[in-house]
Amino acid sequence: MFKLIPRENVSPVLSLLGPLFSVGLTMIVGGILFYFLGVDPFAAIKMIFWDPLMSETFSTYSIPQIFIKGAPLILIALGLSVGFKANVWNIGAEGQYIMGAIFGASFALSLYPLESIVIFPAMILIGVIGGCLWSMIPAFLKVKFQVNEILVSLMLVYVAEQILALASLGFLRNPDGAGFPGSRNLNQYTSASNAEIIAGTGIHLGVLLSLLMVIFFYVLLFRHSLGFKIKLLGNSPKASGFSGDNPNKLIFLCLTLSGSLAGLAGIMEVAGPAGQINIDFNVGYGFTAIIVAFLGRLNPIGIFFAGIVMALTYVGGELTQFMLNLPAAAIQVFQGMLLFFLLSFDLFVHYKIKLKGNK
Amino acid sequence: MNNKIENTLFQCRAINKEFGNVRANNDISINVRSSQIHALLGENGAGKSTLVKIIYGLLQPDSGSMTFLNEEYSPKSPKDARALGVGMVFQHFSLFEPLTAFENILVGLDKELGEKELHASVIMLSESYGLEVNLSSFIGDLSAGERQRVEIIRALIQKPKLLIMDEPTSVLTPFECESLFKTLKKLASEGTSILYISHKLKEIADLCDTASVLRKGAIVGEYDPKKMTPRELGEIMVGQSLFEPKRPVAANKSNKVLSVKINEVKPDTQFGVTLKNIDLAVYQSEILGIGGVAGNGQEELMQVLTGEKKDRNVSIKYMDNDIEMLNPRERREIGLAFAPEERLGHAAVGNLNLLENSLITDPKKRFQMKMGFIDFSELNEYTNEIIEKFNVKTTGVSALASSLSGGNLQKFVVGREIGQNPSLFIVNQPTWGVDALSAANIRQAIVDIANTGAAIILISQDLDEILEISNKVAFLTNGNLSIPTNTMDIKTDEIGAIMGGISD
Repeated sequence: MFKLIPRENVSPVLSLLGPLFSVGLTMIVGGILFYFLGVDPFAAIKMIFWDPLMSETFSTYSIPQIFIKGAPLILIALGLSVGFKANVWNIGAEGQYIMGAIFGASFALSLYPLESIVIFPAMILIGVIGGCLWSMIPAFLKVKFQVNEILVSLMLVYVAEQILALASLGFLRNPDGAGFPGSRNLNQYTSASNAEIIAGTGIHLGVLLSLLMVIFFYVLLFRHSLGFKIKLLGNSPKASGFSGDNPNKLIFLCLTLSGSLAGLAGIMEVAGPAGQINIDFNVGYGFTAIIVAFLGRLNPIGIFFAGIVMALTYVGGELTQFMLNLPAAAIQVFQGMLLFFLLSFDLFVHYKIKLKGNK
Repeated sequence: MNNKIENTLFQCRAINKEFGNVRANNDISINVRSSQIHALLGENGAGKSTLVKIIYGLLQPDSGSMTFLNEEYSPKSPKDARALGVGMVFQHFSLFEPLTAFENILVGLDKELGEKELHASVIMLSESYGLEVNLSSFIGDLSAGERQRVEIIRALIQKPKLLIMDEPTSVLTPFECESLFKTLKKLASEGTSILYISHKLKEIADLCDTASVLRKGAIVGEYDPKKMTPRELGEIMVGQSLFEPKRPVAANKSNKVLSVKINEVKPDTQFGVTLKNIDLAVYQSEILGIGGVAGNGQEELMQVLTGEKKDRNVSIKYMDNDIEMLNPRERREIGLAFAPEERLGHAAVGNLNLLENSLITDPKKRFQMKMGFIDFSELNEYTNEIIEKFNVKTTGVSALASSLSGGNLQKFVVGREIGQNPSLFIVNQPTWGVDALSAANIRQAIVDIANTGAAIILISQDLDEILEISNKVAFLTNGNLSIPTNTMDIKTDEIGAIMGGISD
């Protein structure tokens, strides 16, 4: 019936327009969806994309919130993008994010109520290590036994969620918490608190780090030979071998980077905005970051903007929830559509469709 | 003139065929007379294959007409073509490997024929045309030459008046070529016309009565190859004058650059070739040519030499250092350079631009500053240098490798390696699919670095290329390498005997 034929000349302009186009199309189709949910689509779209930035009522709260919600998305997406470039598909950043939080929080809480300035940096380091260790499992299995990293990393998300429940209800449960699930609040533990760095905004160290990481990854990918090796492996494993690179080392490197950054995002979140380890600690940043990575064209600068747009849908989504009573799932559909339209658009940028005649 | 028309067996008039924006056949007219071997000569991409596919009914022309035996001829399928008396032997065989030779001939028939009757006529054919084939052997066990004979018998059994042969010698040893030529000459003398497609000039001069030369989809003219030198014919085919590189002056026998000893190296896949009993050495300023038919271990040998495949059963000595356990990068760092056969996806990457492709091999860390940061100004300079020196036709250093034509990409790859001033350059099929002029330039560049002291291992399936520029030659047969001999002392019929391991 239909046949996909690769285009000889892929237009760079169209390729860059993809993210904008998919945001636009998501607004239209999302609007239709909102209409059927009994909500004024124009009001809802305006509330998601406009009000958090421009409305006087909301923006003083919303704008810092966009950066706070964007930080973990950007951090995780940066790490993932490196792997995606090398055809290493870490889908389990959500699990690495959880494990980073659990590792870091466990370390800090084991020292409670001891106060020391070394606790905070050590906690961050251990959080990073926790995320990294979790991503080393798929790395090891892939290199040693050629097990598909997509499956392993994804399944480990569910393992991590169980460990999170175990921690919240068991070994990290707050002894003074009257039996409620959840750990002590790290914000009330000065040495471990990821406190705000601009008073009254909630902006914390993780936001600053996410911006620094954008620069770091830009340099790594476009100015450093390591970034080139990663790109080469992703484009042609055979040419990578011919160049003299060891693909296994690069696979480990990619998963180290993505696991570590997810872990960093996790520990920043648990010691900052979230405050405590609890059963509902993870809210899907690890999965949404996959969308962010692609929406940003696997480019650090692009990922920064994509992270901000995606954070906007979170913040705006929350507004629609309590102002317009839109269900939270509608926002998730909205975010999913974004990736769907982006990937579809890419397909048409790279291929043309021909009707197969019966000649 | 009248005489000519009377003799005409097949003609096509003003054939046009376009693929997208490419005009593969542009107003092509040819005239094949009966009992003649008619060459269709042209470089890769000149439109030869398109034309014969139209004649054999595999493609339909956009416009134009054909006549065959003085009647309108427009086959809708190969079956039509065969029924009217046109047969074809493809470059890539279409035989079933798990069946025997005889079964393959049987299933290829359009008409029902009694098995006994068929057997008798196959035997008759194979005897009278020197097409020796063991009919009860499985195709999988036969050599390329034998498979081709099965294909020819399968075509001849339908008693074609016109037989199309598509680059038949590309898979044959010289010995097998000669017996093929005998068969074709006999067929022609008995009234079958042959349309013979090739870009090999020498064999056309030996074999063909007429040559139609195609260039860029159009006919340049019709020539008598017996009255011209291969070089003249080649210049017509290319459209410009050609030169012949000369082999390096003399090897420096006292300076051995590389010696390789392989007892046995098993392939990574079941389709690979086991390398056995390989013992070679190459000296300063010397080109060692390694010939042989494709699939006899060239790819495997290349991988061992580059270090992409490391094996304890291999001993490689480079200027007194054992290097068999070094990876490709480490080997480059001490002065080796490599250009593998496959251009896109191995030597170069289509999705990367030329700058990035220069980075793939960077032995001296020229393009790296401290801590591994890329030195873009140096990289730019080097890449521009390659483009200029090797006359690579491209829009610039930021063009994707996939946007370059095969020949230009090959020039880029060879240039990239030669530009590193290697002491030892190992290259596999440097001019495969490259136009004649570029090929001559690439060979000249290889000879030039040999003359300045580099040692070269030239792996190639193009025998003429090897004989033209190598000081010594050896041949790969089933993963075995013959003992290297001086090129000057070797005769073509001896080469047949050396490579003969395949034919029997």
